[in-house]
Amino acid sequence: MEILRANDVSFEYDAPEEGKPAVKAVKNVSLSVQQGEFLCILGHNGSGKSTFIKLLNGLYLPKSGSVTVGVWDTTDESHTWDIRQKVGMIFQNPDNQIVATVVEEDVAFGLENMGVEPAEIRRRVDKALSTVNMTEYAKQSPSRLSGGQKQRVAIAGVLAMKPDVLLMDEPTAMLDPSGRKEVMDTVEQLNREKGLTVVLVTHFMEEAMRADRLCVMEKGSIVLEGTPREVFAQTETVKALGLDVPPMLELSERLKNDGIAVRGDPMTIEEMAQELCRLKSEI
Amino acid sequence: MREMTIGQFFPGTSFVHRLDPRTKLLIMLAYIVLVFLVKGFVGYGVLAVFLLAACLSAKVKIGYLLKTIKPIIVIVFITFVLNLFFTEGETPWLSLGPVKIYPEGVRFAVMMALRLIFLLMGTSLLTLTTSPMALTDALERLLKPLNKLHFPVHELSMMMTIALRFIPTLMEETDKIMKAQAARGADFDTGNLIDKAKAMLPLLVPLFVSAFRRADDLALAMEARCYHGGDRRTRMKELHYAKIDGIAAALTLLATLGIVAERIFL
Ligand SMILES: Nc1ncnc2c1ncn2[C@@H]1O[C@H](COP(=O)(O)OP(=O)(O)OP(=O)(O)O)[C@@H](O)[C@H]1O
Ligand SMILES: [Mg+2]
Repeated sequence: MEILRANDVSFEYDAPEEGKPAVKAVKNVSLSVQQGEFLCILGHNGSGKSTFIKLLNGLYLPKSGSVTVGVWDTTDESHTWDIRQKVGMIFQNPDNQIVATVVEEDVAFGLENMGVEPAEIRRRVDKALSTVNMTEYAKQSPSRLSGGQKQRVAIAGVLAMKPDVLLMDEPTAMLDPSGRKEVMDTVEQLNREKGLTVVLVTHFMEEAMRADRLCVMEKGSIVLEGTPREVFAQTETVKALGLDVPPMLELSERLKNDGIAVRGDPMTIEEMAQELCRLKSEI
Repeated sequence: MREMTIGQFFPGTSFVHRLDPRTKLLIMLAYIVLVFLVKGFVGYGVLAVFLLAACLSAKVKIGYLLKTIKPIIVIVFITFVLNLFFTEGETPWLSLGPVKIYPEGVRFAVMMALRLIFLLMGTSLLTLTTSPMALTDALERLLKPLNKLHFPVHELSMMMTIALRFIPTLMEETDKIMKAQAARGADFDTGNLIDKAKAMLPLLVPLFVSAFRRADDLALAMEARCYHGGDRRTRMKELHYAKIDGIAAALTLLATLGIVAERIFL
């Protein structure tokens, strides 16, 4: 079932100085996101990823074309808050999206804005915190948490609002490797176990490999789309778009160039190890 | 910079901790008025007993409360000295050329210094035992009637919450920028006060730039979480007055009577 749809959407920022042309950040993008899908958007700096996902929950409104969430159009102001509730968003900087001075109060923030009853807020906050494994920090000040923990609090804040879609703009860019894993494991679990639709913008290829589908943006348009395997199989194109190819794919590419018949494009270290063992047993 | 004691909060379950934050704010208000009403040492005695009782029941160490005075010790000292030298009386105790010290001056200087110290210790006790969130909450609810006069009560309390939330973040950032600039040869530690102030100036630009960026980000994040002002907003924690609030109010009334009596009869 389709849950989010961008129809030939364009967006531009006002010109930085008078006399200069407006910055066309997103150009005629069409995209359909299915319920339960894990979609990943890639692209090098300035390709319009952040702008595009801000169009998906109505933080920005399209210059032309349309964005629909379920049956609602994001330009329909009477449903702005319904859309924000259905489509939650996590930002890059964990510090700049936490509003309150106590973890549980921050998780409650969205629900308070929605006008939910206090007892129901309490229930949902406790549940959301336990989902992201942050219950023991409920009464703490967010400023003492690690980056990964802060992002998990932010995720809890969105989860408590019972969203259908989770938009994330480079949520792990400012985290250390362990924080990155912490956040990505949480997200993957929410997607697989709770059927939450995820749209993730990232620069990390190992995160992109976890997705069901990849979209690569370039100069405001989607230029490449498909499963991670399909996309990364086009090694040369991917490199030309300024992206890294996952190391195992790179390796199998080189092995093939050396005349070794690697089969099935192994992408993870485990897959590669198996394939190499198979090749070795054939010798 | 990290050792700031003002504004820190120690969670707890004591009598003082459990009081409704509105009660605590109102008592604080009464306390401040009392500090300014006190005329003599009897009054300070009453206040000291009141503060001590609050401190003991909150299980805050008295030494810790005294330490909170540290940041204003210079101000206390200056106030003391100024009042000591510039209060005139009838017969001087001491005269060194043009400088005369009168007994009235000594008395007044001590009173003023005590006033500052009592003010700070009282407010510190409040912030030590009440979470900033509860305080802004209480303020919002106490000021609610002003909404009718179109005073932006909710906005004010939201601003305070956000300010409190970002103080540690911005302090950490200042620290980082200072270290980065020190590594490039900036000197924050030597020279007189003006030199030091001048050295701090280059800190302000990056700090402001980043603060504005953060403000932008935060506004988007708040909007993404359905924030649209105070209308129809609910709260997770509702405030309720309980019996202990009545007890605290009665004790405050007692202290007030004591100080009013001092003013009238002594
Ligand atoms: N607030 C703004 N005002 C004007 N132009 C902007 C603004 N934000 C982004 N742009 C421009 O729009 C284009 C797309 O920016 P966007 O932030 O969407 O890219 P991105 O793919 O998210 O990049 P990154 O990987 O660096 O996050 C860029 O050319 C950028 O300079
Ligand atoms: Mg971006």
